[in-house]
Amino acid sequence: MASSGAACFDRAIDTALALLAWLVALLVVGTIGWIVADLLRQGLPRLSWAFLVELPIDAGRSGGIRPILISTLLILGVCLAVSVPIGLATALFLAEFQRGHRGFGPLVRYSLDTLAGVPSIVFGLFGNAFFSITLGLGFSILSGGLTLACMVLPLLIRSMETALRAVPAEHRLAAAALGLPQRVSLLHIVLPAAAPGLAVGLILGIGRALAETAALLFTSGYVDRLPGSLLDSGRALSVHIFDLAMNVPGGASQAAATALVLVALVLLINGFTGWAAQRWLGSLSSAAL
Amino acid sequence: MTDPDLCLEACDLSVRYGGRPAVSGVGLQARRGRILAIVGPSGCGKSTVLACFNRLHDLNPACDLRGSIRLDGQEILRSGLDVLALRRRVGLIVQRPNPLPLSIGRNLTFPLRHHGMGRRADRQDAARQAMQRVGLWEEVKDRLGRPASELSGGQQQRLCLARALVLEPEVLLLDEPCSALDPLASAVVEELVASLRGSVTILIVTHNLAQARRLADDVAVFWNRDGVGYLEEQGSADAVFAAPRSPITAAYLAGARG
Repeated sequence: MASSGAACFDRAIDTALALLAWLVALLVVGTIGWIVADLLRQGLPRLSWAFLVELPIDAGRSGGIRPILISTLLILGVCLAVSVPIGLATALFLAEFQRGHRGFGPLVRYSLDTLAGVPSIVFGLFGNAFFSITLGLGFSILSGGLTLACMVLPLLIRSMETALRAVPAEHRLAAAALGLPQRVSLLHIVLPAAAPGLAVGLILGIGRALAETAALLFTSGYVDRLPGSLLDSGRALSVHIFDLAMNVPGGASQAAATALVLVALVLLINGFTGWAAQRWLGSLSSAAL
Repeated sequence: MTDPDLCLEACDLSVRYGGRPAVSGVGLQARRGRILAIVGPSGCGKSTVLACFNRLHDLNPACDLRGSIRLDGQEILRSGLDVLALRRRVGLIVQRPNPLPLSIGRNLTFPLRHHGMGRRADRQDAARQAMQRVGLWEEVKDRLGRPASELSGGQQQRLCLARALVLEPEVLLLDEPCSALDPLASAVVEELVASLRGSVTILIVTHNLAQARRLADDVAVFWNRDGVGYLEEQGSADAVFAAPRSPITAAYLAGARG
């Protein structure tokens, strides 16, 4: 009898654990659902084509977000144009040429991991001091984009390095044994094979850049005019949301609508990046001969 | 001075990993167009020695090669040698088939293209002939555009063999090419290797003594002493199998040791 009692107890514990796991999972999904539902409830009535293409009126209480959307894309463009080439090159250096635990590689990795943990407001201060003041770029889209590039680089490099390392060593060995130079094997075998992982790194970087507010407040500024050039100040979507929610009484629903646009933008860019990576990977094996 | 019958010759070859000796004092001869089987228990440096012949150890900076290896009388361990050209002349097939993450067809045409075969039609011809040579053409001709990873293990290994052959190597290094395959696929690959006798010089590492008996013209028996691999005995297959000179070889071949 004692053994059957123990079995009953075991079963009860198992059931309780399964229930707990479900509950926690439900909580996570519920939280996300709640956020999205709240944004939709408040913001959806405000969302229209006009909202995307009109200028903000009355500090953003009415009108649209056209200059803000454009500024955001420009800042992101500057950020990626600088961080992706540097990031990919550094990741290649770390993954292909500094595989060991000695030499220059570990120092670079340690620096990057430290940088990745630095709060964004510190990057903002640095950007303000270096790009805005020392280099004389002032409050501009260029300063903001460059500051963001510094901020996402550690994340970008480390995730891209992981993606490159995940490419099986056999591929490199096979290419080397066929007498192919490293340049060919990197360019035509390793990079395409790592494409999905590289895309994940890129998506993480873009997400972090689009979400950033603090670092932009004192680099790209918060003027909501349409920027005339990269040296103009421009307000990012996240800064706009912050401003509407905190400084503009009656701006809550506009803030929610802007947040919806931001979420949609992130999803759109993520979708596109993933698709492009799959295509690149697919191009590896599609051509017949 | 050089014997024209001799294709590949290692003299006093030693390999160290991070200062620790793995193989020492190996002197090995491979005759042109013959099959040399390299046998011995695990951990006696058979694969390590094999990878010296196309300088694949260059990829591992902790690895240090000493001694001499001559291919057609030319030293290949000297610095300044065109390693890429060497690897084109000396092909390698490893234990687990390693097709490139490309389509079946491109696995053959991609290396050709980068070795300077400019015309697409030439590459396609060469690829087709190589696949016919390994008996793969009929099985894959309708799906050359599919990923090579979709092939079975045996087919993948034959694709790797075709990929090595398409570069028209003088020497093929086979590192236990059948040990990851099922018996049927293994028999097909073994037959294929036998069919290459005369056209390519083959060095094959194998754990399978029966296979070595069936395939080899010459045999080299490796052993290890205190964790360091060395060559115990070598000679023609008939001589080594029928009347081994070394008692260690005799015990190993009889299945008593190793």
